[in-house]
Amino acid sequence: MQKRAIFGGKTLPYLLLLPQLFVVGVFFYWPASQAVWQSFLLEDAFGLNTSFVWFENYKELFADAGYYRTMLTTGVFAIMVAGLSLSLALLLAVQADKSIHGAGVYKTLLIWPYAVAPAVAGVLWIFMFQPSLGVIAHAMRNFGIDWNPLLNGNDALLLVVMASTWKQISYNFLFFLAGLQSIPRAVIEAAAIDGASRTRRFWTIILPLLSPTVFFLVVVNIVYVFFDTFGIIDAMTQGGPSKATETLVYKVFFDGRLGGNLGSSAAQSVILMVMVVALTAVQFRFIERKVAY
Amino acid sequence: MVEHRGWSRYIPYLVLSLGVAIVAFPVYLCFVGSTHPQDVIANGNMPITPGPLFFETYYKTLFVGSSGSTREPVSTMLLNSFIMASMIAIGKIAISIISAYSVVYFKFPFRMAAFWLIFVTLMLPVEVRIYPTYKIASDLHLLDSYAGLTIPLIASATATLFFRQFFLTIPDELVEASKLDGAGPLRFFWDTVLPLSRTNIAALFVILFIYGWNQYLWPILITTRDDMQTIVIGIKKMIVTADALTEWNVVLATAMLAMLPPVMVVILMQRWFVKGLVETEK
Amino acid sequence: MASVELTNIKKVYPGNVEAVRDVSLTVPNGSFTVLLGPSGCGKSTLLRMIAGLETITSGTCKIGERVVNEIEPAERDIAMVFQNYALYPHMSVYDNMAYGLKNRGTPKSEIEKRVREAAALLAIEDYLTRKPRALSGGQRQRVAMGRAIVREPQVFLFDEPLSNLDAKLRVTMRLEIKRLHNRLNATSIFVTHDQVEAMTLADQVVVMNAGKIEQIGAPGEVYKHPASRFVASFIGAPAMNLMPGRIAEAGSVETPGGKLPFDAKRFSASGEVEVGIRPEDIRTADGANGVPFKAELVEELGATRLLHGNFGTTPIIVAIPASGTQYESKEVRLTVDPAAVHLFDRTTGRSLAR
Repeated sequence: MQKRAIFGGKTLPYLLLLPQLFVVGVFFYWPASQAVWQSFLLEDAFGLNTSFVWFENYKELFADAGYYRTMLTTGVFAIMVAGLSLSLALLLAVQADKSIHGAGVYKTLLIWPYAVAPAVAGVLWIFMFQPSLGVIAHAMRNFGIDWNPLLNGNDALLLVVMASTWKQISYNFLFFLAGLQSIPRAVIEAAAIDGASRTRRFWTIILPLLSPTVFFLVVVNIVYVFFDTFGIIDAMTQGGPSKATETLVYKVFFDGRLGGNLGSSAAQSVILMVMVVALTAVQFRFIERKVAY
Repeated sequence: MVEHRGWSRYIPYLVLSLGVAIVAFPVYLCFVGSTHPQDVIANGNMPITPGPLFFETYYKTLFVGSSGSTREPVSTMLLNSFIMASMIAIGKIAISIISAYSVVYFKFPFRMAAFWLIFVTLMLPVEVRIYPTYKIASDLHLLDSYAGLTIPLIASATATLFFRQFFLTIPDELVEASKLDGAGPLRFFWDTVLPLSRTNIAALFVILFIYGWNQYLWPILITTRDDMQTIVIGIKKMIVTADALTEWNVVLATAMLAMLPPVMVVILMQRWFVKGLVETEK
Repeated sequence: MASVELTNIKKVYPGNVEAVRDVSLTVPNGSFTVLLGPSGCGKSTLLRMIAGLETITSGTCKIGERVVNEIEPAERDIAMVFQNYALYPHMSVYDNMAYGLKNRGTPKSEIEKRVREAAALLAIEDYLTRKPRALSGGQRQRVAMGRAIVREPQVFLFDEPLSNLDAKLRVTMRLEIKRLHNRLNATSIFVTHDQVEAMTLADQVVVMNAGKIEQIGAPGEVYKHPASRFVASFIGAPAMNLMPGRIAEAGSVETPGGKLPFDAKRFSASGEVEVGIRPEDIRTADGANGVPFKAELVEELGATRLLHGNFGTTPIIVAIPASGTQYESKEVRLTVDPAAVHLFDRTTGRSLAR
């Protein structure tokens, strides 16, 4: 789609595109293709010899139980964060959408965690739950709850999920609120006149009309868990204890660190790329129905 | 609708207040921690009301730094973060607005190809190509430089799509009127498109500033010198594995300082923040 | 001021869509020419080709003595008023009007003088510092015209400039444009689909249909002597009654409602024809003269009345001056002045006038 009224000019349009294409070329396409290339290479322990090994790195990955475990962890992590943050955000958005006093103030007070860096969010939460000094950890111990994210994998995952959810609620809340406010009042009023109770209206009218937003947010939340939680994990658990909180992206980072296993890391990158492209394609197909590109 | 009868009309206030409290509690605790002495925190008996050391801790944090592994004062990190976030925001806006202008207002061979080349970058964040990107940055001698810290993060299409979407809503007649008024493409851009884009630029700036400020993985790789650290990675480096050595009061004060600028941006420029957030996702 | 001369102009869009097919037209110096036609007839495209906003597929466009086909819009020395005004939303009224002059490097004092003059002429002096969004529709329209006036162009182009205004304002602005033209005497080309605008503003009406010119003429001429069935039905409200007819004897045509005399000196016709009679050219007759007609529905318009009924088998409208007479469901007789009967070729639709 383009304008009816346009300018002529042979070189100007290219000149205007040049900076972006240059940056994208050098720092996106080149490294992305390098990642693909590297995923076919095997480097010896000292980085002296590199050999082309075809799909060896991939084969090794898919033969590695640890990789499946990381996938499972990422999946569980994504489902928990998406489920928790979406439902809490929806609950809050539905309340904020009602005609109440100070709705604007509540909105402001709920959206700011978006601006908190994931790594900082991690620090905030580990500070509360750190077994030896965390205020909440202490309180829990006083109640006899044995909960140690530094030693117990499930506890650690739960902690990371909580911190990630905490940070993501604001984003989901904003989109839900926008979605709710775009539902025509008349439709809801019509349902009320048709005798639908408040709860019934929510399940039969509001939620279906909100489903595009829900779908969109599910995808966004999954992508969030994949990539943006890196800082949270690194600040809280470094993927531990014993890899219980290691996500796919964290593994890419960890395995390739200090020139470790670059081939495997690259292969993981490529798999991750394929997954994200697939996700984006799903999302794009969906958006396509709304926006004509 | 007339439906708020009895006590149920207080439910929204209750739920929202509870939500606000949960959301705010970790930050409150962080603030409290930053005002208590290190040993009070370390022994695990920190009260949940602010302590006496507000000025001392923040002064030390800002101008002296923690005595742990890094000795860089946090004010340097704040400056680095500010420079990085601003450069990412401004750089992205600058290269995106002109490329979007080119794609929308000109017709030329490979126009769609160029558009798709940019569009595809939307899908893959820097995390999935992190080591090759690092290698290139180091080959180009960009380690420990602001250029290295920012330019690779500029390589994405969000802003381009955002501006393109906006340009498509500018009426064609404005271009035509400008043509009749003797304005060429650059003058039309400067005199009309840029002024009309002001609120969009502001909205995008807010979002990108936050995005840049909160970067973590890339700065960790690209910076080795302490004086190039950003505040977000500075905090991480202050937390020493051996708990006892961690100066938690300084860590928490740093966390407060790291949150303050982006959170203020969101609160003070809420209108633009919401606009930017909602519209860049479309 | 300059004349505009179009010779064999064609516009073909990609996909072989012919928007304008072979149009030749002369707009004399100082004339107010209106391009009139239904939407999609190519009138706007034609105007935009004169402005230089669309390329000309073939043919030549001359402004004054200069062929402008390959000349940039800004260099054509024309000014245009757009349908949605196209004011720069971020500039004040003053800057909107001054922008074109600034771009041309006109001295500041000269810009100031011209903008003030135009503002005075249009009575918008008080709004010069305002932004367009703080103006009403009519005021915006004036600013758009002011922007054109300050340029002192060879030709003014108007692209349906009144259609975004409400009905009352449209009448006022119409008069204003007319007054302005009388005063500036600038060559103007005005595109509209509103025949009233065309009739009141133009000294030359160009009726267009499907990318072609149907007729060029003075408003009265186009009304009185439509060159085709299309022009006949497009101009005049209510529209001209059309019905099939057969010429059986010289000077008279057989219609579904009865035999009607026509002016045999004007029309040369025989056999099957299309007969056109304007509602206002039909009279009611006394006694046994004329053809019978029963009004099934009467629309009261105040000064006139519209009688709807069947003329034989053809539904027609009769416009008569309002009077005390009751017509509904009453049989009356109608007569038509032979000079007011139009004959068209049944297949081509062209007028059969000699």
